[in-house]
Amino acid sequence: MAAPPLLTMTGMTKCFGGTVALDGASLQVGMGEVHALVGQNGAGKSTMIKILTGYHRKDQGEVLFAGAPFEVASPGAAQHAGISTIYQEINLVPKQSVTENICLGREMRRFGLLDWRAMHDEARRLLSRFNLAIDVRSPLGQFSTATQQMIAIARAIGFSARLVIMDEPTSSLDDREAGVLFDVVRQLRAEGLSVIFVSHKLDELYAICDRVTIMRDGRTVHSAAMSEIGKLDLISTMLGREIARTTGHATAFAAPPAAAAGPALFTAEGLSDGRHVRDVSFALRKGEITGFAGLLGAGRTETARLLFGASRPLAGRMMLDGRAFAPRQPADAIAAGIGFCTEDRKIEGIVPEMTVAENMMLALMPKLARAGIVDETRQKDIVAGFIKSLGIKCSGPDQKIRELSGGNQQKVLLGRWLALSPRLLILDEPTRGIDVGAKAEIQKLVARLAAEGLTVLMISSELEEVIEGAARVFVLREGLSVADLSRSDITEPNVLQAMAHGTGQAAHV
Amino acid sequence: MSDGGLIVSLGRHGPLLALLALIVLNILITPNFLTLQTLNVNLTQVCTIVIVAVGMTLVIATGGIDLSVGSLMAIAGALAPMIFLGTLFTIGPVWLAVTVAILVALGATALLGAFNGWLIARFNIQPIVATLVLFIAGRGIAQVMTNGNLQVFKVPEFQFIGLGRMFGIPVQAILMLIFVVVAAWALRRTVFGRQVLAIGGNDRAAVLAGVPVARVKIAVYAISGFLAGIAGLIVVAINSASDANLVGLGIELDAIAAVAVGGTLLTGGRATVWGTLVGAFTIQIVRYTLLANGVPDAAAMVVKAAIIVAAVWLQQRGKRA
Amino acid sequence: MTQRITSGSFLASYGVVLALAGVILFGWLRYDNFLGLFNVMSVLRYNSMFALVSLGMCFVIMTGGIDLSVGATAALASVVAAQFSHYGAVAGLTAGVLAGFGVGLVNGLIIIRLQIMPFITTLATMLAAGGLALLLSGNQTIPVSYQTGFTWLGQGNLWGLPVPALIAALAYVAGSVVLNLTSGGRTVLAVGDNEDAARLMGLPADRVLFAVYLACGGLAGLAGVVLAAQFGAGQPIEGKGWELFAIAAVVVGGTLLTGGAGSVLATLAGVLLMGVLFTILNFENGKGWISLSAYWQSVIRGLFLLAVVVLQARLADPARRPSGAAGG
Repeated sequence: MAAPPLLTMTGMTKCFGGTVALDGASLQVGMGEVHALVGQNGAGKSTMIKILTGYHRKDQGEVLFAGAPFEVASPGAAQHAGISTIYQEINLVPKQSVTENICLGREMRRFGLLDWRAMHDEARRLLSRFNLAIDVRSPLGQFSTATQQMIAIARAIGFSARLVIMDEPTSSLDDREAGVLFDVVRQLRAEGLSVIFVSHKLDELYAICDRVTIMRDGRTVHSAAMSEIGKLDLISTMLGREIARTTGHATAFAAPPAAAAGPALFTAEGLSDGRHVRDVSFALRKGEITGFAGLLGAGRTETARLLFGASRPLAGRMMLDGRAFAPRQPADAIAAGIGFCTEDRKIEGIVPEMTVAENMMLALMPKLARAGIVDETRQKDIVAGFIKSLGIKCSGPDQKIRELSGGNQQKVLLGRWLALSPRLLILDEPTRGIDVGAKAEIQKLVARLAAEGLTVLMISSELEEVIEGAARVFVLREGLSVADLSRSDITEPNVLQAMAHGTGQAAHV
Repeated sequence: MSDGGLIVSLGRHGPLLALLALIVLNILITPNFLTLQTLNVNLTQVCTIVIVAVGMTLVIATGGIDLSVGSLMAIAGALAPMIFLGTLFTIGPVWLAVTVAILVALGATALLGAFNGWLIARFNIQPIVATLVLFIAGRGIAQVMTNGNLQVFKVPEFQFIGLGRMFGIPVQAILMLIFVVVAAWALRRTVFGRQVLAIGGNDRAAVLAGVPVARVKIAVYAISGFLAGIAGLIVVAINSASDANLVGLGIELDAIAAVAVGGTLLTGGRATVWGTLVGAFTIQIVRYTLLANGVPDAAAMVVKAAIIVAAVWLQQRGKRA
Repeated sequence: MTQRITSGSFLASYGVVLALAGVILFGWLRYDNFLGLFNVMSVLRYNSMFALVSLGMCFVIMTGGIDLSVGATAALASVVAAQFSHYGAVAGLTAGVLAGFGVGLVNGLIIIRLQIMPFITTLATMLAAGGLALLLSGNQTIPVSYQTGFTWLGQGNLWGLPVPALIAALAYVAGSVVLNLTSGGRTVLAVGDNEDAARLMGLPADRVLFAVYLACGGLAGLAGVVLAAQFGAGQPIEGKGWELFAIAAVVVGGTLLTGGAGSVLATLAGVLLMGVLFTILNFENGKGWISLSAYWQSVIRGLFLLAVVVLQARLADPARRPSGAAGG
């Protein structure tokens, strides 16, 4: 390449206490380049990034940015030096106005005081580049996650970023919104900015990135142009081993059983919660995996919450085992044999100060107790059993759950619900944010449980999971159930079509 | 690194080590420290704080706080004498009057505590604000009931709980121990205790796991109110008098300090009742050490403040490791 | 001008102004001399101290923290000011405010450097400041000097208005300007909204937090100066309950205890509302129709706070979750 690289990191080493996070890793990003950074959880990607954003200081190594040595001690300094970061969770301030979220840190002043008019104009100008014409005086939190993501990027541009690091930016976006993001990234590239793109979603990386750097165990194992390396090779380099995969399958789900036409365990008709769920009807058959597909905001999680008694319906009827079912709180649903493995582990799943055992037994505990006293022996047996059968990597049942990796935490939560021996298990994004290896394990596990008779409602934004795993798929769009697909009808085109254009009242139960 | 290890250990066992160190120090420098009289004096002062702090520990474990305990003490301390002295209505035999008085007083404070819990659970009001209401109004209620007047009495059947002894140990110390043991056991071994900690650790996860969050919250505040009531009864029993203006004044801070120094996380989710006991004793001994050695009470306040900060800091360092 | 106001927050913030207007109207209709010069001046003069303390508390609460030491700080400052008042009015004023800054400095250092929760930190400094006040005053009230003009700060008038009220008004104007028109003020809100995000956005969170606690201490110090000047003596045990009055005023004014949103002017309205209610109770007593002992006032204040808080809870976003006990 003619132009010198924008960023060069060589010999990066960083240790935390006894753990080696980076072991001589390297990274090189050219000007006007979109560069993918991939690796399993724990490979060292985040540490590399945190050094660039001023969160951590390197132990050893050399960083050259725009031709000069680069070392910053705070996120603010990194920003001013020209490196901005867009995080997975929107790290902005939701109660404050859009303008402040864009301009705070480089305010415009008049006579020493803030010049609001100039700041509002500046915010509008930056957003117009993404064709966003919103009221910049409104609080940020009012807007969708996708829009907030754009605003975060606008902030980065406003700070004259030359390198924008995007860490899993599409994890909360649906396909349409991700498309808008990609257009923005292409725009940035055309203007000479560089982007480091971190993501687990390989299709995205192939769609948008020019080059890729693969990390493993704190080292950089490969770096090439995107076009030079195929998906399979990329994954096996990432994992460090060959993965045997059946052709045509992207997930660990084998083809679902041919005819699982059991009786309906649960039916819902005309459900509405007054906000995200407008008119949803569906049925769940015993021993079957039923999938909920839909874009973000379609109302899938909200529907599941109605089922579980976590919120109350304004209209509609639910029937369980042929009888009317109206849970007023989750405890009612649990008593009826329903479990709900939620979307967000951190916010709604784990109790961080408690141990693996305590977390796992949280829901089952009252049933195991005698006269209000916890039955420790029985608990110990059950927990040990699940640690083994779910393959949970931990030092023991008394380890604090916050020390486990995301995938293992998810398994503990799965254990929480399985311990109840539920009849119906709702799984909301069960493999989100989990690396490839653990993902396959969980998918295989779910398939096995269904084969053993568990009824599963699986909500997933990963189309392959739904298409390959579910025997029946309901598609939701903007709070309406718009399609009911079974068996051979469950294809990517059909699901996508329904997600994008389906109209209501197409479902019947 | 050995430095880091030392600080971590100090953080985990700090309160107990500090207490032991203080006791040793006192044996060395304070005359008459190892006498029964000294023990008595300290025990009397610390028992009521511990009893209130036990309730506070449970409340803080759910992620809440209870500022109303002092006012509830005043209410119990005002109500009971009014009943057994016959001011409200006459009851024949003294032992019956005393029993009714105690039951009514404790029932009232437990109910007011449940009211706190209800405000917090039902309306999602922040605990500090919700209990602020009774902090302000509760003492006023006690003062209105007694019109700010002192109630003086000599009723041995009632004052037994403050002045009596069983097996040579003051009754309030026995009560204190009972409450500590029961609460510590409940927190570790009962479903209720687990639920309390789950709510403090992650209340949204607790709801989704079927924990009856509202019920548990109302219960912990009711318990806190109940224990505050007992403390109030003990205080007036010891003093043979009830002054609604003074009973329980400032005790919420003493209780919170004891809980914090003892190692319970103020954000909830992790709690130790035994730690609270040690924390309260530590603060008490410091105060006594200074007083007995001629340091003015006002200076003792400054020292107490420094201890609280040091103890919490050590604990946080220990936790972060 | 700076923010679009949602309907919920409108009611919460401006409801207090409406309530204040309503209560003043009630008083004017019901009592003679309610809006008479003497009464108005007395109310303004007396409540200036609480207004100053509440302003500091408002900023602290907006960052998501809390400062329980303000009452004790005011007491300490009143003692120091009284002692220095003999060297001149300026000396007394400066000494008192510096004492307040001192406590604020300690708060800031402990909260930011040692990373201890504001609730427990200011609980400790409250104890320490109270103890210090007693020590410095030898457990007694300290008379101020009437020779140096110090008492003018509390008892005097300027342009027909009580001096303390003018001091408070000046503080509130400054506070409002800082909040709305300086980057520091907007950073205060950002830090309270999401402190981690504010840091990642590169905002000087530590500097702003430090400044807020420093300012809160300084304002409490100023309140202590006014206390000493108004009542002629530095009082080491005064100030008890001031922090709770301030919290109540801030909450009544619509500022969220969780931080990230609030209004200086609404806090002022909250202070005035509580002050006027207190006055009404006095007037009601004077009318003789009901005889409310002073004790009833706490009950009524408590009930009032209850009503406001429940009302706010109904109006607020129902999906909001309480975040922890002690607002820090």
